[in-house]
Amino acid sequence: MEKNRAKINFDDVVIHVDNVSKSFGDLHILRDVDLKLYNGENLVVLGRSGTGKSVLIKMISGLLKPDSGIVNVLGQQVNLLNERELRMLRQRVGFSFQNSALYDSMTVRENLEFPLVRNQRNLTRGEIDKEVSEVLDSVGLLQAINQMPSELSGGQRKRIGIARTLILRPDIMLYDEPTAGLDPITCLEINTLINEVQERYRTSSIVITHDLSCAKTVGDRMVILLDGKFERQGSFEEIFDTDDERVKAFYDYNFIT
Amino acid sequence: MGKKIEKLLIEFARIHRFMMNFLREVVSPPYEFREIIRQCYEIGWKSFPLISLTGFIVGFVFTKQSRPSLEEFGATSMLPALISIAIVRALAPLVTALIGSGKVGSQIGAELSSMNVTEQIDAMEVSGTNPVKYLISTRILATTFMIPVLCFYVAGIGLLGGFLSLSSQDDLSFLSFFTQVFEAIGIKDISAMVIRAVVFGFTIGFASCYVGYYSSKGTEGVGKAANTAVVSSMFLVFIEELLIVQILSFFG
Repeated sequence: MEKNRAKINFDDVVIHVDNVSKSFGDLHILRDVDLKLYNGENLVVLGRSGTGKSVLIKMISGLLKPDSGIVNVLGQQVNLLNERELRMLRQRVGFSFQNSALYDSMTVRENLEFPLVRNQRNLTRGEIDKEVSEVLDSVGLLQAINQMPSELSGGQRKRIGIARTLILRPDIMLYDEPTAGLDPITCLEINTLINEVQERYRTSSIVITHDLSCAKTVGDRMVILLDGKFERQGSFEEIFDTDDERVKAFYDYNFIT
Repeated sequence: MGKKIEKLLIEFARIHRFMMNFLREVVSPPYEFREIIRQCYEIGWKSFPLISLTGFIVGFVFTKQSRPSLEEFGATSMLPALISIAIVRALAPLVTALIGSGKVGSQIGAELSSMNVTEQIDAMEVSGTNPVKYLISTRILATTFMIPVLCFYVAGIGLLGGFLSLSSQDDLSFLSFFTQVFEAIGIKDISAMVIRAVVFGFTIGFASCYVGYYSSKGTEGVGKAANTAVVSSMFLVFIEELLIVQILSFFG
């Protein structure tokens, strides 16, 4: 599916990761990385497991703090925000977790209501029901509204996880390995859903993945993380048209595993 | 050695920060009344069957075991007073706290730890909900409130067990037993029982939440958190019991 890149506004940077480093003990995960996400763009961050891709988006959402450098999201420097400001910012930045992170003790309806009622406390019952139905419908799972997360398949859980972040109408979506652990057909469905979300909700997204078919389907632009740095960026073809052995190994790794 | 001390100091600093976060969130609005009530139900109401059985057995067995000693001196008439003092001053708070550590502590430790492992706590945070406010402060408040309630209940059911044990051998009426019971204990004893139960309840909630919230990742972490929550709660309860006894005896 050819993507429409006309909606990307290259004058409007919504996320700017500037010279950021992060270590855990002696392990240097990210070294002076720079990254820009433009308004309306789907940016794919490629890299093998354990290279710091998830760490990067956790810093963008303020779950982790960088050791050095600046993370700027929607014009605000994340590590300088107080708790209230960070809470307000997080309402505009949706985070879809690798394992969906649905609340086990709640039904699908309660999972979706939870962020809504806690952030917009003046909503009526009717307004909440309308929002929940609408967002569930947009991920094609309206029928699962009264089910528990344990009764859902992996793909359904992913969809509900995405729906739960969409309910706050975020400007930015962060997807952490959206197709990990799914069968090829469900992967395709999730990839299509990510593109639909971008179209319908006019979001800008960062998609963390090591799945090349996902990257090719959803990415307007790609970057590849190698040894803690973004070595290459561009289209799928531009990334992999190289003699760099590490990039070639990553490409091959996708078809071996 | 130096590394161990450093690790210990870091742990203390983390406990201190956790306590400060809890105190800040518990006093700042909006208050989580609905979640506190839900937790009181989970922690308190669902513990009633277990605590009823335990309380009754403690009262019954304690009376049975004490009887021969008093019989030697012909002082079996003192049994109701002895039972009431033992139960109200020591047994009820301690038994409630130990049962609470086992049942509630493991429940909180495992629940929070599995939420941590499956990134549910992170999900809560990124969706604009403070997990310390929603998950931690509500559970600590619920244990601090419900352990004293359960303690009163254990005292009552323990005394009932004592009465049934006594009345099976002596001709003793329900009214005369409880008249002697309330003559033996005063407001000071009941206050001491409440103080103990409140301290124990807070300790169980705080220790279990701390262990669960900071558990290591992976399924092993869940089991370890449940286990550590129980062991640390029980250990702290005994230490506190020792300190409270010293403090209360100092004040007469």
